[in-house]
Amino acid sequence: MTENKIRVLMGKPGLDGHDHGAKVVVRAMMDAGFEVIYTGLRKTPRQIAEAASNENVDVIGLSSMAGSHIPFCQKLKPLLKEYNLEDKLWIIGGNVPKKDHEALQKIGIDAVFPTGSHFDDIIDYIRSRYRQLV
Amino acid sequence: MTQKKIINESGIEVKELYTEADVEASGGVGMVGLPGQYPFTRGIHREMYRKRPWTMRQYTGFANAKDTNERFHYLIENGQTGLNVAFDLPTQTGLDTDDPLAEGEVGRVGMAVDTLRDFEIAFDGIDLEKITVSLTINGSAAILIAMYLAMAEKRGYDVAKLRGTAQNDILKEFIGRGTWIFPVEPSIKLVGDTIEYCAKYAPKYSPVSVCGYHIRESGATPAQEMAYAFCIAKAYADDMLKRGLHIDEFAGRLSYNFNIFGNIFEQVAKFRAGRGLWAKIIKEDYGAENPKSMWLRMIAAGGGGGLTIEQPENNIVRGAYYALISALSGTQTMALCCYDEAYTIPSEYAQRISLRTMQLLIEEMGLCETVDPLAGSYYVETMTNDMRQKMEETMAEVEAEGGIVKMVSEGIIQAKVSAQAYEMQKDIQSGAFPKVGVNCYQIKEEENEVEFHDYNIRDAEQQVENLNAVKAERSQAEVERTLTQVKADAEAGNNVMPAIVEAVKAYATVGEITTKLVEVYGTYQEPIRF
Repeated sequence: MTENKIRVLMGKPGLDGHDHGAKVVVRAMMDAGFEVIYTGLRKTPRQIAEAASNENVDVIGLSSMAGSHIPFCQKLKPLLKEYNLEDKLWIIGGNVPKKDHEALQKIGIDAVFPTGSHFDDIIDYIRSRYRQLV
Repeated sequence: MTQKKIINESGIEVKELYTEADVEASGGVGMVGLPGQYPFTRGIHREMYRKRPWTMRQYTGFANAKDTNERFHYLIENGQTGLNVAFDLPTQTGLDTDDPLAEGEVGRVGMAVDTLRDFEIAFDGIDLEKITVSLTINGSAAILIAMYLAMAEKRGYDVAKLRGTAQNDILKEFIGRGTWIFPVEPSIKLVGDTIEYCAKYAPKYSPVSVCGYHIRESGATPAQEMAYAFCIAKAYADDMLKRGLHIDEFAGRLSYNFNIFGNIFEQVAKFRAGRGLWAKIIKEDYGAENPKSMWLRMIAAGGGGGLTIEQPENNIVRGAYYALISALSGTQTMALCCYDEAYTIPSEYAQRISLRTMQLLIEEMGLCETVDPLAGSYYVETMTNDMRQKMEETMAEVEAEGGIVKMVSEGIIQAKVSAQAYEMQKDIQSGAFPKVGVNCYQIKEEENEVEFHDYNIRDAEQQVENLNAVKAERSQAEVERTLTQVKADAEAGNNVMPAIVEAVKAYATVGEITTKLVEVYGTYQEPIRF
């Protein structure tokens, strides 16, 4: 049986330009056989929602390094509804301190992968959730 | 039993033992020389730290100009000898505080700047002759340099004698760090405008600090870090030559910013090799005659890429070793990433530990007593030769692929360093590349190990109020007149710095000036390549 390729959008929200982490995770996902679309830097919430919708992805990933993850996710949340993306897996990684994890989960983020997370854990998580979704 | 080969990050094999024969085989001691003399491998000054220790310049800035000014005074009272200003992301990307895209980012990772008024407040009470100021600004650097010069002039300083540095290395922003605004070609043109303007009106000011630093953070090896930085500096120098300047009119004010994490001996060899290679390039390829043009003046600093979120207190110890590397490298300026920096904007306490780390080396450890103390070590001299050769090979590869500007424009360098970063991350995750506290000697970690810097939304609101107050006071006619001139000069291909200086003096905002330039130059479209 051939499994459909899992499609992931990796977004870089906000003004920060530190993309080392986003890019290595994109490569890890590509190596795992996922179809990955990387947005590039400085995307607004609407640009990310639009890209996720146009690309028909299964997973929306965000990489945040400069501390603005909570306000950004608060702005993205209603757009996910507007673009009919509420059933997509929504994950975030980067410099996201533990004290913010609960707030992010309340907004609707499915999982947080802070700096130091292993590629295998991210990929296994996406695979297992994807099987539940389809 | 055969021993496992040891290859350093730059790809050079490290032998079990080095002797005089290895130094000879690697090229001999022809490039060693004496400090203060060509090729400057041992240092750009004869006496180095005997005369004056390195400048200590911790990276600082948050919230608004007032809060940042208070931290500046705290650091100076604690013995810091220079300032290194961190700006928030809206300022770095040319947006005003009240821009919708700035929402949630004002004052978060650095000080918010909208107009000259913010600079007046930020540097209030600071003696700009005693304390040199480095501005970590790139995409909007032309505007912020203009603000610095205008602020100093208003305070009564003679701009012709004013010292200081702006990072203003846009090519590396396309590779790592990402605060670009305009497309590649006009971005290089803007850097050229600042170099040309400073050569004429502020000849003691360093308008560019070419950064291997962030390229290394993005995944480059130490040899690539320096080789790519030299390729970038050459691109800026070539633009100056096209404008009709002689190399000796500007090369002496080019400076560098390099990273200090990694293997101690590989790093020290990197700096020694780089000094000799840069001197050789400027003398032989560019025909410089003034020895000062050949100096590799630098800040060897940071080390952020080596610090870990795990067991953050280990970062204090790493920082001490990085400081030792920096001291042994013969740097002009030092700054250290703080132990809490993988989490947050450093606390006063963390900043003080970094400052004391550097002061300990100066006062207690004898690092300033003799020049280039590792010279003559068979290992260090061989590695210095090997690193120089590696850098030359890397520079030749860039040339063969069409040059650094082409490679950056097409995203080739970006893809190359991020592929290397991925391989390194895999090696860290598998344990092949040891990282203490991360893949060996781990402990069950406590939560909230560090004190977090509070982001106060009220600071951003206050900054909008300040901006509105300045807008109400300034002459709108003068703002419009000067902004029209900025656009006209950009369209005509003139040097835009004189017009930007006038606009800044009229309290035009960072966003207003950037908008005029964008109308002419457009914005950068990032190439996505894996």
